[in-house]
Amino acid sequence: MTFAPLLLFFLGGAAVVFAAVFLSRLLAPQNPNPVKNSTYECGEETVGPTWVRFNSRFYIVALIFLVFDVEVLFLYPWALNLRDLGLYAWIDMAIFIVILVVGLAYVWGKGDLEWVRLRGSSAGSAREE
Amino acid sequence: MELLSELIFYCFVVLTIGSAVVVVFHPRVMYSAFALLFTFFGVGVLYLYLAADFLAASQLLIYVGGILILIIFGVFLTSSIMSLEILQETHQRFIALIPIALGGIVLLSVILSTPWTTTATTEAVPTTKLLGRLLLTRYLVPFELASLLLLAALVGAMRLARYFRTEE
Repeated sequence: MTFAPLLLFFLGGAAVVFAAVFLSRLLAPQNPNPVKNSTYECGEETVGPTWVRFNSRFYIVALIFLVFDVEVLFLYPWALNLRDLGLYAWIDMAIFIVILVVGLAYVWGKGDLEWVRLRGSSAGSAREE
Repeated sequence: MELLSELIFYCFVVLTIGSAVVVVFHPRVMYSAFALLFTFFGVGVLYLYLAADFLAASQLLIYVGGILILIIFGVFLTSSIMSLEILQETHQRFIALIPIALGGIVLLSVILSTPWTTTATTEAVPTTKLLGRLLLTRYLVPFELASLLLLAALVGAMRLARYFRTEE
């Protein structure tokens, strides 16, 4: 298989993770007590449920990310051919990116990238409804 | 070697179908969304077995890295996710059986009537460079149109998202 190295890469990655967890379990001394076993979150007991409703801004940013994710995908086959095709390929991709930058300018101009909105009422952190 | 390759293939088939079953049947939406990660990954590996390595990479990059995040954020946005009482349920099993049976008959007849020719397996070659060359030369117009399509998708999605946000 041509892609066997890829599989080995993934297996190696998984092995490192499991080895880290397993070794720490094997080597660490086991003497638990109630204080040690208590839930720890930045030194504070959690107040209220930890499953909160996310601010919709996360979703909007993820949506914008997805579009540029697809753009990055097209960069890979382009990059492999850049040396052969030279300036021609460079101009092709420049046009491609300029069209998408229009989209970036649009969301920027419309204020979708603003994390805290000064006007309007929906300003606030992720914990707010 | 061939046998090992086949063994790995079936491992990933089990992973894909197994996690897909979890997606459908797990009562908690959140866990379904996480199980979808393994389904997407498994499908990506199946693409590799079809010698479509660029498609496999895009499956990882777009579906696992992008769409899944979007789905998980979508689950987070569900209004009463914290109550944990929002569980998936199955309704109208018997009515659902009819379209499933019809679809199953169609699929089965297609499977049975298709002549499945097997060819000698050839060594898979990396396709990304070839694809890139075609995209930049012969299919340049569709390539640039793809960016227009992305632009339209971005603007449209933003308009819809903003529309629903002002409703809140």
